Amino acid sequence: MLTTETKNEILAELAHSETNRMACIESLKIAQRQSGWVSDEELCEVAQLLGLTPDEVDGVATFYNLIRRRPVGRHVILLCASVSCWVMGYAALRAGLAQTLGVEPGQTTPDGRFTVLENQCLGACDHAPVLMIDNDLYRDVDAEKLGDILARYA
Amino acid sequence: MPTLYIDDKPHTVGDGLNLLEACLSLGFNVPYFCWHPALGSVGACRQCAVKSFQNEQDKRGRIVMACMTAASEGTRISLDDPEVKSFRAGVIEWLMTSHPHDCPVCDEGGECHLQDMTVMCGHNYRDYRFPKRTHRNQNLGPFINHEMNRCIQCYRCVRYYRDYAGGRDFDAQGSNSRVYFGRHQDGALESEFSGNLVEVCPTGVFTDKTQKSHYTRRWDLQTAPSICVHCGAGCNITPGERYGTLRRIRNRYNGEVNGYFLCDRGRYGYEFVNGGHRARVAMRRAEPGSLVPTAKPLALPRIGSLLAGGARCIGIGSPRASLESNYALRKLVGAENFFAGVTAAHQSLTELTVHLLERGPAQTPSMREMAQADAVLVLGEDLTNTAPRIALALRQSVLNAPMKAAASMGIPDWNDGALRVVLQDQKGPFFIAAPDATRLDDIATETFRAAPDDIARLGFSVAHLLDPKAPEVPGLDENTRQLADRIAKTLAAAERPLVVSGPSLGSASVLSAAAAVANALSTETRRAGLSLTAPECNTLGAGLLGGGTLEEAERALSEGGAELVIILENDLYRRADHVFVDKLLGAAKQVILIDHTLNRTASHADYFLPAATFAEGDGTLVNSEGRGQRCIQVFMPTGDVQESWRWLRDLGAAAGKWPQTEWENIDVIVADIAAAFPMLKGVRDAAPLASFRIAGFKIPRQSHRYSGRTAMRAKMDVSEPGIPTDPDSPLTFSMEGFAGPAPASLASFFWAPGWNSVQSINKFQEEIGGALMGGDPGVRLIAPELEPGRAEYPGAIPEAFAPRPGKWMVVPMYHIHGSDEMSMLSAAVAERAPAPHIALSPEDAQLLGLGEGEMAELNIDGEILVLQVAVHAALPKGVAGLPAGLPGMEPVEIPAWGAVARRVGS
Repeated sequence: MLTTETKNEILAELAHSETNRMACIESLKIAQRQSGWVSDEELCEVAQLLGLTPDEVDGVATFYNLIRRRPVGRHVILLCASVSCWVMGYAALRAGLAQTLGVEPGQTTPDGRFTVLENQCLGACDHAPVLMIDNDLYRDVDAEKLGDILARYA
Repeated sequence: MPTLYIDDKPHTVGDGLNLLEACLSLGFNVPYFCWHPALGSVGACRQCAVKSFQNEQDKRGRIVMACMTAASEGTRISLDDPEVKSFRAGVIEWLMTSHPHDCPVCDEGGECHLQDMTVMCGHNYRDYRFPKRTHRNQNLGPFINHEMNRCIQCYRCVRYYRDYAGGRDFDAQGSNSRVYFGRHQDGALESEFSGNLVEVCPTGVFTDKTQKSHYTRRWDLQTAPSICVHCGAGCNITPGERYGTLRRIRNRYNGEVNGYFLCDRGRYGYEFVNGGHRARVAMRRAEPGSLVPTAKPLALPRIGSLLAGGARCIGIGSPRASLESNYALRKLVGAENFFAGVTAAHQSLTELTVHLLERGPAQTPSMREMAQADAVLVLGEDLTNTAPRIALALRQSVLNAPMKAAASMGIPDWNDGALRVVLQDQKGPFFIAAPDATRLDDIATETFRAAPDDIARLGFSVAHLLDPKAPEVPGLDENTRQLADRIAKTLAAAERPLVVSGPSLGSASVLSAAAAVANALSTETRRAGLSLTAPECNTLGAGLLGGGTLEEAERALSEGGAELVIILENDLYRRADHVFVDKLLGAAKQVILIDHTLNRTASHADYFLPAATFAEGDGTLVNSEGRGQRCIQVFMPTGDVQESWRWLRDLGAAAGKWPQTEWENIDVIVADIAAAFPMLKGVRDAAPLASFRIAGFKIPRQSHRYSGRTAMRAKMDVSEPGIPTDPDSPLTFSMEGFAGPAPASLASFFWAPGWNSVQSINKFQEEIGGALMGGDPGVRLIAPELEPGRAEYPGAIPEAFAPRPGKWMVVPMYHIHGSDEMSMLSAAVAERAPAPHIALSPEDAQLLGLGEGEMAELNIDGEILVLQVAVHAALPKGVAGLPAGLPGMEPVEIPAWGAVARRVGS
């Protein structure tokens, strides 16, 4: 269920979009802020607000990997898996995450604290390897630093 | 007419084509996927690569996509260049990496564009040895089977479904290697044209679900050119038969009529041919209400002696029977005893339609011409439900006006991707006046919702604004006048204006108003288009033959001394209320029914003679354009089944009216019709004569790969039966006959070496997307008498609609799935039909204290119907809608005033 506040934000977005479809990506991002992902029910609500069909909105939602259509944990870890990070130690970082949290990319920890997802390039190749937790970017990460970084997220 | 050099040989092609269209029109084999002649080019699949050279000296060249490159003067390309051939082989190899290679169990196998293109590109061995991506399939309803693993991501399906057909409940989902074409959730596809996905998809992602229950490979089907019988649009179809049952309907390209597409009613309504409602032997009444089989040689002399006995015999024809059958009945009983088979209200609308089209000066357009209109006014019709394929044609017309602007930017009309970007949501002028929301409202510039009389008044006022000679509408309110002004100005400014209307509201005023607008628009320099829909497959043909009404038939029986009635392919209980029909049938001493389906009328018949359906016999139908088109027999029926006109011939012979040799084939009876009705003389050209031969050969109905001929009947008889004779067409029930390409109008299927899919039509067109070679079949029978600029304005202007307290103007509402008699005998179509209901406006529902789904009682002239309430937001106050033709609903004569109340006790 979208809150009234979320709905108003979406309507505000719609008000300054030239076409309804144009407001679609931003509306999904707004909807996702509520619980980190967009449920079927919420997607239909977005569609209704925008005057689009759920099929059209789902087409947009499933196109973008940062719009999530399945539940995630309280915090989302985006592990960069593109070429620079791959060269600079992505595999060790992935192994470190697996060891610390016990989950592989695509999975959520049993306590619902973290979801680990792979991402193609976070735009910080000069400081590879990188990962991103929620909206925080961590550069030059290695397996030792992981513990400290993860501890910041309850 | 530019000249191209293809592999250094000059070729002249049409103007404004892209290289792919040009090469295919010239007969070259160029592989492609994402391009479709009706959908244009987007350059997505990279399969149609050719090598382009700057000039004669350029030996290196560069690879370009044929579908995205204009065929301009002096273009030099190579199709055979080794580099480009290897490029094309590479493209198909990528496309095939995730394809499951499940051809043996795939319904598309044997008529698959992907198979054809793979073979064409020489990709014979697969080297890919990694996991293939897989998908979950969806339940898309009763028409379409979904198998996403086969997808090669050409995007044709979404481009057709969304951009062409206007559907919005289907889209591309996901990205890159996970692209998925489907719905947000499982559920029936909402578009009335979803079945075309089966033919648009180049492989087996979307296949015909109804065919699955009696599946047959394409090469094992017996086929013939035929015409759809489920509305008056007259779409061309290719029905396919095996083991005596009809297995499927496919679109049959006709450049002037349906082009590449059918509606779902036409594609899936065919199962009535196979259904349990059929009777295949002659029957007579044993005791009231029960028919028992009787031998044809016994029945014919008995009926013959009845006819010869001197008692007056009347005939009741039918708008769903062929021209030949209606004519044969008229000939047998005499013109004064022939009745057209519909009530006076319907007959007068048909007569008016025929009169308006014959008089002109506006001209009835083909569907191709309708799609080319640049300003459209729809008056009183919900076209998606009354003439679906016309609605699909009109949906394309709104692109024409904005496309002119795109052309000035140098974007050719085939460049679909660029066009859609430039056009965005721009649409040309399209006005709809109807009592309720229609499925074309999304493309409408403006909609006008009103009672039939007010719709007519809007039309008349548009006509008056266009031509002051047309009568002025008194007492018009200001809003309507302003709307009429906007419509008149827009239509007057158009190059190819079109008015579309029809009899579905039961209003002669609406028809006259539509004609008035189109006639007022017809100036010395242009004839405007006037398209009037026809409710049944031969409404116009029966209308051209004329005849009395059902009321007159009843009087002839009850008062006129008539004792016998022959009813032709007509369930009278669908035409009028049961009290009237009981009275009509009760007044006859003997009722002889010739029909293919056992209906309610059959339970009152003394004799029942089994008629052929469109697939089992030959006949001519006249569509709403006035185009006479021939249904050619697809397969030999079992039992006594034969064309109704042959039964009538046999009855006439048994009665001693004519010799046994009368009408030995369809050409003879067609010649008789042409002689008796001068305006129908064109029907002789609707199809080649039965004596037509190529090099002395007939044309086979079966492909050269037809299997099991010697085995399929072996369980009954090991000796192979002879080939049945077909006196009526140049086709033969065999795989033998002329082996080369048959004339496009007679080819029982379209096939060319290397082209097994529907795309083989490329090889039978004069130009891609143009006319069939030798001309599109069918002959237009109606040409307007009046010269442009000499318009007449008959028809009285009705009073403005005034709601009456406690009463509702009940108007008929048509449903693509529900209103047609025969298609509702197909389970898949019936599943998509609405339940009986009455539609009310939100204000009226509130006034009556009735909510959605609650039960209401409708009282029209004492006839009481108990119906569920459906609240329709768009309906004007004081107007109620009643589904037309829905099984389980007693027919009532509407439009009429009726009282609505909450059902007592609910």
